[in-house]
Amino acid sequence: MPKTFPIGGVHPSECKISRGEAIKPMPLPEVVTIPLAQHIGAPAKAVVVKGDKVVVGQLIGESGGFVSSNIHSSVSGTVTAVDNFVNAQGLRQAGVTIKVEGDEWLESIDRSTTIVRECSLEPAEIVSRIAAAGIVGMGGATFPAHVKLTPPPGKKTEVLIINGVECEPYLTADHRVMLERGEELLIGVEILAKALGVERCYVGVEKNKPDAIEHLEKLAKEFRNIEIVPLKVQYPQGGEKQLIAAVTGRQVPSGALPIEVGAVVQNVGTTLAVYEAVQKNKPLIERVVTVTGKSLAHPSNLLVRIGTPVSALIAECGGVPENTGKVIGGGPMMGRAMVNIDSPVTKGSSGVLLMSESEASRPAEGSCIKCAKCVEACPMGLEPYLLKVLAQKQRWDDCELHAAADCIECGCCSFTCPANLPLLDYIRLGKGEVMKMIRARAAKK
Amino acid sequence: MDTLEKTLQFIESLGYPVVALCVLGVVSAILLYIVARSFKVEEDPRIDEVEKMLPGANCGGCGFAGCRALAEALVKNDDISKLYCPSCGSDGMKRICDYLGKSAPEHEPQVAVVRCGGTCEKRPRTNTFDGARSCAIASTLYVGESSCSYGCLGFGDCEVACTFGAIKVNPATGLAEVDEEKCTGCGACVKACPRMIIELRKKGIKGRRVFVSCVNKDKGAIARKSCSAACIACTKCAKACPFEAITIENNVAYIDYNKCRLCRKCVLECPTGAIVEVNFPPRKVVESQPEEPKTV
Repeated sequence: MPKTFPIGGVHPSECKISRGEAIKPMPLPEVVTIPLAQHIGAPAKAVVVKGDKVVVGQLIGESGGFVSSNIHSSVSGTVTAVDNFVNAQGLRQAGVTIKVEGDEWLESIDRSTTIVRECSLEPAEIVSRIAAAGIVGMGGATFPAHVKLTPPPGKKTEVLIINGVECEPYLTADHRVMLERGEELLIGVEILAKALGVERCYVGVEKNKPDAIEHLEKLAKEFRNIEIVPLKVQYPQGGEKQLIAAVTGRQVPSGALPIEVGAVVQNVGTTLAVYEAVQKNKPLIERVVTVTGKSLAHPSNLLVRIGTPVSALIAECGGVPENTGKVIGGGPMMGRAMVNIDSPVTKGSSGVLLMSESEASRPAEGSCIKCAKCVEACPMGLEPYLLKVLAQKQRWDDCELHAAADCIECGCCSFTCPANLPLLDYIRLGKGEVMKMIRARAAKK
Repeated sequence: MDTLEKTLQFIESLGYPVVALCVLGVVSAILLYIVARSFKVEEDPRIDEVEKMLPGANCGGCGFAGCRALAEALVKNDDISKLYCPSCGSDGMKRICDYLGKSAPEHEPQVAVVRCGGTCEKRPRTNTFDGARSCAIASTLYVGESSCSYGCLGFGDCEVACTFGAIKVNPATGLAEVDEEKCTGCGACVKACPRMIIELRKKGIKGRRVFVSCVNKDKGAIARKSCSAACIACTKCAKACPFEAITIENNVAYIDYNKCRLCRKCVLECPTGAIVEVNFPPRKVVESQPEEPKTV
């Protein structure tokens, strides 16, 4: 029996249409807009001004604190604006717009395809290189990687888990990375292990990617301490806490971080970026993005420069089909519908999904029949039906009591609800208010 | 003889429990009486009377948990100048204060004002939100159905919050509209609006008011692009105002209702029609003026 997390979860139809498509470099766009806040934490501060010439890999935004991240130019050209732009949610956000001219890279970046295996750097040096390269969690949460690699004093990291689960339907970017960049990925794992000083590394991969499991298992023989863990297909196994439970059987306590149980989780994309940053001196300037959808002409996995407009990606894959109802940034379960498809690809964009009108429309809401399917599906052991009502009635204290802050926003409850209730919408509202209360209390202290 | 004996026997067998119960009842009653006497809470009977005079909507407009709490405060506090039930208005408060023999606090009646004029025509809807119908949820997720990130979302959180049925979202305009007759100025909608569009303003003489019906803090060009009725912070109104009632901060004009003398010069000046006048009689001298949107 393959491993999985102990409670909850659903199994949506996988729809991995683009699984067979090799990673294709996306042609350079004409203009890129690189947001200054692509990560959780303080936004970066721009260090370029309008009119500046920049090259690929040049620092354009300086980290705005410890929990923050550097931003680098993904193209070479002229800065045309350092101003607000309209993001995917239609809101205005600070960013650097660069007109692309040629493709000139920083000389310090090693662009050769030779694989560098040996890493002689000290752990502290590795972490500082990762911080300098502006690497953040590329699974979607965009938590700065160097913060995770700096355990708080008194905490010891025991296991490193690499997240190759990709449990979101449709998305195949991580799958392709594991297949095509397997060796570099495992070197990245080794580097991360060295930085953390851990002896045990696991790469969790769901069983719906047998080719990736086989490939990595073959490669892992060359490496000490790296074990490939095949996992049962179950959404949301890619959630940090779920993955830790699936691989190690340890439960992260409510409100705590994974380090509490001695685990650090990094995504496959992040690990590859770590390899490139440490061994090749290349900052995080591009990522693999799955562009997919049932009606899309050519679903693909594109290697995209950060800041490229999403509309250019769609055009590369055959354009927006006529019956498109929603364009979603990310996967169908956790992704968000975009109101502006000219918004840029960011470090956290794992996919672009085009859904037809019929797929995208939400069915009419019914009444809760107290069937408790949502309770069964919740991987955090919460009571979504109850939290929804509490949030609707604005009983924030009770929301906190019923652990709304533990919600990982996976959407299993809304997915499974036979009455089509917008459970997650309300729980997210409640969670937001509870987090505000918690922060206010912490600030008082 | 036989029957009599049997009856007596029956009474005898029944008698003891009945007597025991009676005694128990009497003892309990005495106990309860003593407890009730010794632990009696003296409550001013006027609190009940005052509570009856209050509307009983528990809207929270007074700042207390409910009408009972305000009634207690009104009776107990000597200085009630800070206490005010917006729903009763000045007349209601005067009645209560007359009853209590205290001087009534002076308050000008207020009314909720929705500061957004972005109707469906003026502010084209660019998408449809199909999540839970709640402004609070939509505002945390994205810009809303139009491209103005400051405007009324139209999902009616204010409507839900209003206990008097005074504010409703008009499906034709997509905006929340206040029924001035019903609005008590309790401020529940002000708290409910995640975009802070609703403001309590002085009702004014005969309900006449002039206010800027826009809170868009974007620069003029951007604001104008998303809504043709947006305040573009052109400062024309501020220059036209003879009473210095208009200030422009963060790219949006604001009329101070304490300074405004309702001369309406700003209304004529505003190029986008973002300044709105309500409850005025039609102007006598008709200059070449644009039609003003009557949105409250």
